[in-house]
Amino acid sequence: MAFTKSTVASAALLSMFAGAAFAETEVQWWHAMGGANGERVDKIAADFNASQSEYKVVPTYKGNYTETMTAAVAAFRAKEHPHLVQVFEVGTATMMAAKGAIYPVEQMMKDAGEPFDKSDFLPAVISYYQTPEGELLSMPFNSSTPVMWYNADALKAAGVEAPKTWDDVKTVSQALVDNGMDCGVSFGWQSWVMIENFSSWHNIEMGTEENGFAGFNTEFTFNNDQVVERLDDIAAMSKDNLFKYGGRRGDSLPMFTNGECGMWMNSSAYYGSIKSQAGFEFGQTMLPLDTKVASAPQNSIIGGATLWALAGHDSEEYKGLAQFMTYLSSAEVQAWWHQETGYVPITTAAYELSKEQGFYDSNPGTDTAIKQLSLNVPTPNSRGIRFGNFVQVRDVINEELEGLWAGDQSAQDAMDKAVERGNTLLRKFERSAN
Amino acid sequence: MLKRVHFPASALPYLLVAPQILITVIFFIWPASQAVYQSFLIEDAFGLSSEFVWFENYQVLWDDDQYFDTFWRTIVFSVCVAVLSMGAALILAAFADRVVRGATAYRTLLIWPYAVAPVLAGALWVFMFNPTLGIFPYMLDMVGIDWNHYLNGTQAMMLVIIAAAWKQIAYNFLFYLAAMQSIPRSVIEAAAIDGAGPMRRFKDFIFPLISPTTFFLLVINAVYAFFDTFGIIHAVTQGGPANSTTILVYKVFNDGFIGLDLGGSAAQSVILMFLVITMTVVQFRYVERKVEY
Repeated sequence: MAFTKSTVASAALLSMFAGAAFAETEVQWWHAMGGANGERVDKIAADFNASQSEYKVVPTYKGNYTETMTAAVAAFRAKEHPHLVQVFEVGTATMMAAKGAIYPVEQMMKDAGEPFDKSDFLPAVISYYQTPEGELLSMPFNSSTPVMWYNADALKAAGVEAPKTWDDVKTVSQALVDNGMDCGVSFGWQSWVMIENFSSWHNIEMGTEENGFAGFNTEFTFNNDQVVERLDDIAAMSKDNLFKYGGRRGDSLPMFTNGECGMWMNSSAYYGSIKSQAGFEFGQTMLPLDTKVASAPQNSIIGGATLWALAGHDSEEYKGLAQFMTYLSSAEVQAWWHQETGYVPITTAAYELSKEQGFYDSNPGTDTAIKQLSLNVPTPNSRGIRFGNFVQVRDVINEELEGLWAGDQSAQDAMDKAVERGNTLLRKFERSAN
Repeated sequence: MLKRVHFPASALPYLLVAPQILITVIFFIWPASQAVYQSFLIEDAFGLSSEFVWFENYQVLWDDDQYFDTFWRTIVFSVCVAVLSMGAALILAAFADRVVRGATAYRTLLIWPYAVAPVLAGALWVFMFNPTLGIFPYMLDMVGIDWNHYLNGTQAMMLVIIAAAWKQIAYNFLFYLAAMQSIPRSVIEAAAIDGAGPMRRFKDFIFPLISPTTFFLLVINAVYAFFDTFGIIHAVTQGGPANSTTILVYKVFNDGFIGLDLGGSAAQSVILMFLVITMTVVQFRYVERKVEY
């Protein structure tokens, strides 16, 4: 047998000595990136560990976004929490409210004496994660934004161009269905795409207090005429199959990649999946404009996740973490991450580097997301959203919209109910966070 | 005069039951009491600030129409799952009982699904019923049924009921078959000689004789439908569309682990706990009396 007891014992002994000899400080990083992206996360950590000998970053996959966040919360309560945890954008308000649990990343960099310049980052990305005073709370990592994906072959066969406005979406859908397709357009992550981003794209508020950025006592206002009319119009489109609902999150992806629907609105980070699954030429273009609401688009908002440092560890460990943050946001690492995954580059330098490397020339359309995000300087309506209990609010929106798509209620009823139920959840959050 | 035998008091019996008591306290009583305590709190996710609110979390549930909808939905779901899985198992067992050749092969095949984990069972149904890729929507389309359980709540409910019932058929089958095989052959043979056909024999002899098993399975299936179906629902519909497949146990998970509303979630699980206690007591005290052993 290859492994005798003595080999195992000596290996164990050896590793103990190795540990003692280098005394590497370990930094725990819990993340939610499974599959191919998980391997990329591992590579980033391994490359950082190889670049120096003082610190060792240990990445651990903890399940999807909600599972990772719940795991970190439970670990914090048990005082076993990691140094760094990846939290999705809708968890931002919950993390922010947990003042004793988090270590604002800008403060951490400063305390560790690590040079850090906020202006390196894209405004649309970091504005989502700043306090009203402008302090950056968490480190942007993987950010995306919804775009309009289209089946280029199908559009060509129907003799139409990619849509620019919602009127176009209707005519293109009609042309596609007339040409024998099952449906014109579909979308996923509907709260994010059709409410949150529709609002920011047309520079209308979704809730009071600057979409929650200015503080508590927020009231949702997304039951406004603009949103309601748009949704009513889409519901009407479903009668002739111009629009077809295909489930929450990315559940409707097969409808697009199978050639059932010619257009699909969802995250730019589906690039990798679409590329491997679609048996046709596809493209991406900016979100359609509702010409009745605005004459020009404002900017879209991000989705995805950031990295939060958790409080309560040794300052030496935070030094390692700060070094890792610098490594992580370097242009090379960010450009590589962006080109591999379809997430947007989070720094201007990474964007410039990808341009220099000719990535956008050989992969046309892959800069749609970043163009949308940096279209204009973000306004209070388009900076992002910050609402407590927003994971649940999104579910409420999902539920009410599903009632609309099923034909059980009007768009006005759906949005009124969603706003009312959402406000109850906001009040509940404020009480728990007091 | 009454004679009593007196044993000297000894620590031994206490010592012997101590492990069981300890396990019960650590794994049942203590977590349950924690849940009760948590249900009186409104707390942020990290446990940094908490407020003792007595019954406010329960009050919120009482005022929530959606919670009552969930209640009804759970009852409909449980009854459907129990009836469907027990009915199917009964029919299969009745046939398997009469099989002469290859009985072991049939039995093994029928028991197989029980070894499948709930989440995996759910994943199988997800693939088979995916509106775009699945084989069943394709076949249903040929007979003119448009299947889309992402949008149609009734279809989604049907799907989770079928998936949950399918999973439980094997278990029910096993008990029904064992019960049927323990019926003395002489009873059935006597009935046959008196001229009772197979249907009659089943209706008037076999079914009444296995009623204790039916009762036992009723309890087991109710508990199964209430709790163990979580994995299937999580894999198939995640409670959607528009909450149409959210049953009580799924709502506990969703509010607690997704929404991080620990107090509200704890209140729900306390209600659920009392519900199951009541259900079991009622079943054993009243329903059991009507069962002929």
